[in-house]
Amino acid sequence: MTWIGANLGLILDLTAVHLWQSVVALVLGVILSVPLGRLAWRYRLVRGPLILLTGLLYTIPSLALLILLPAVLGYSAISETNLVVALTVYAVAILVRAVADGLDSVDDDVRRAATAMGYGSARRFWTVELPLAGPVILAGVRVTAMSTIALATVGTLIGVTNLGYLFTNGLDRRLIEEVFAGVAAVVVLAVLVDALLVLAGRLLMPWQRAATGRGRAARTPAEEVSA
Amino acid sequence: MNFFADAIRWLADPEQWTGSYALPVLLGQHLLYTVVSVLIAVVIAVPTGWLIGHTGRGREIAVAVSGAARAVPSFGLLILLVLLFGVLQVPAAALVTFVLLAIPSLLAGAYSGIEAIDRRVLDAARAVGMTPWQVFWKVEFRLGLPLLIGGLRAATLQVIATVTIAAYVNLGGLGWPIIQGIPLRRFDEVLAGAILVAVLALVVDLLFAVAQRAAVPAGVRAVAT
Amino acid sequence: MIEFRSVSKTFPGGARAVEEFSLVIPARRITVLVGSSGSGKTTLLRMINRMVEPTSGTVEIDGASVLERDPVTLRRSIGYVMQNSGLMPHFTVLDNVATVLRLNGTSRRDAHARARELLGTVGLDQSLAERYPSQLSGGQQQRVGVARGLAADPNILLMDEPFGAVDPIVRTELQRELLRLQRELDKTVVFVTHDIDEAFLLGDRIVILGAGARIVQEGTPEEILTAPANDFVAAFIGADRGKRALRVEQRAHGTVVVDADGRVQGTLSPESAPASPGTTAGGMD
Repeated sequence: MTWIGANLGLILDLTAVHLWQSVVALVLGVILSVPLGRLAWRYRLVRGPLILLTGLLYTIPSLALLILLPAVLGYSAISETNLVVALTVYAVAILVRAVADGLDSVDDDVRRAATAMGYGSARRFWTVELPLAGPVILAGVRVTAMSTIALATVGTLIGVTNLGYLFTNGLDRRLIEEVFAGVAAVVVLAVLVDALLVLAGRLLMPWQRAATGRGRAARTPAEEVSA
Repeated sequence: MNFFADAIRWLADPEQWTGSYALPVLLGQHLLYTVVSVLIAVVIAVPTGWLIGHTGRGREIAVAVSGAARAVPSFGLLILLVLLFGVLQVPAAALVTFVLLAIPSLLAGAYSGIEAIDRRVLDAARAVGMTPWQVFWKVEFRLGLPLLIGGLRAATLQVIATVTIAAYVNLGGLGWPIIQGIPLRRFDEVLAGAILVAVLALVVDLLFAVAQRAAVPAGVRAVAT
Repeated sequence: MIEFRSVSKTFPGGARAVEEFSLVIPARRITVLVGSSGSGKTTLLRMINRMVEPTSGTVEIDGASVLERDPVTLRRSIGYVMQNSGLMPHFTVLDNVATVLRLNGTSRRDAHARARELLGTVGLDQSLAERYPSQLSGGQQQRVGVARGLAADPNILLMDEPFGAVDPIVRTELQRELLRLQRELDKTVVFVTHDIDEAFLLGDRIVILGAGARIVQEGTPEEILTAPANDFVAAFIGADRGKRALRVEQRAHGTVVVDADGRVQGTLSPESAPASPGTTAGGMD
């Protein structure tokens, strides 16, 4: 544990940077996915192509996407922005589906009841449909958070510094401890963020605590696997 | 767009088609590592997954494993194993990494495929006098196949992506032009490599999508329409 | 003939579904096991083809214990029709009906020929043969289920609430079809239901079950209607609600049958033979 002890400051700094990059991508992903997911849910014609397009982007291996995106959009590949954009693209790919699936899971009777009480379409979306789609969306966000945090390490290959630096540097210096510290820090960070998301879910969706039967529906988007 | 023109020009250069780093060789390495490691993972994970789906035992463990696996950075795992195995054993270390990464999706595909079958259908299969083996082969295997192929698809793409990164530890594969080109700022080469990797992944994904669709029994597909 | 000899069943976890149950089920008759949920009626039925193993006691078919037979061959020799049809979603109608024949080694061709024949027997159009279960209505699926149960020409047909999930009009139709089939085929039918009207309509013999599969009363519909064993049976069959206590009244346009509340339930035709027990109640419902 000598290396870890001597480099705790470095590990913490890298963790902070790593967390920042991941959180920005995750938040951007959620912000973009809610309207896109709603669009996909409302219009069958949009849903097919949108799911297909995000699915194709999701299929492209991370290292290739980190090169292709800047080449297409015309910015430098060797930048933090590039990593965050690529992670956001992956996040959107998972979350658009999660939002659409979540809206699917809302009971039609509830929707009709809200309409009958006089909710307008926008108000109904924000106060009835989105909260009720919450559990499925949260499951998607949890999957996205985990895979984003793990995936961000690839950024080190394009010269972006984060916890992935401990892998390349550890390999160069043949320091197993350093690489192990990197892997452990990523896993711990992912688990902590996941725990925070679960906690946030409990606070934001208190009605969920009574009904645990949701687990099955919430697991579906989680079958996706990070690339 | 002249980035892409440069990349195409690089690809067309006869120099890339000969020697030990010729593109066909790199593609061959990429495919070989992918196929071998996915096959090993299939042998380990699919029977285990079927057993879990059939008996319902060990489900929590399988869910936990596939959930936790998501948090493990594949690049970090690769380098960790390379150092643990010793730098001379890179191919073995890489293969183990790929197998480990492929297992969770395959496990999930195998058990969820069987788990998703209506219990009444299995009950009826027993009631008409199918042997346990016939129940498995004629009903569970057949109805679980689409989700299993889905798991195979996810696992394979995961491995293709990780083989790409493994060029960093000199494993070869289509990630090589990218990894080699970045520090040298040879962007035609880097972009060409990225294009090849993306095309490979998309083609494989397409093939699996077709297989997955074909694996849905006609009677089950009829429900969806 | 099927005989239960002091059969008990305790499920893992300690729930006692059946306690010391003994009953003789006559051959070539429809015997209906009727009771509310939790009466263990389905458990009893499933012990006949060893889908459920008794904790103690034996079930015998024609004097031989089923426990000594291989469960798989036993099941292939007994027809089983379940609620929600239990059809294989990935088999065509024809393949579903032919399942047991194929399991028994009949060639595909012969099995399909027999299956086509059976579609006619249960009143299904041949054009449905190549369809999948999901493309059929609930009633049609149930008919396919009956055809599958009959495919191997078993002596015994077990029916577990087979018409429970279809709408009332279709149910009536299927019930009539079953009676017609039974006149032709003469099987030993054990039929489980929670619907007492269905029991009266179909049963040659009725076994009313209480909790833990305790036999509350057993007999022909006539015996049960005319002499309910106790208040529980009277309440269960609806005697106390006046539904079954019908009386004849003379009205302006003819003779009618009215219930205890004075609501007209039917007419009395002069040429009607003494009502047979199986049709008294159901025919007027």
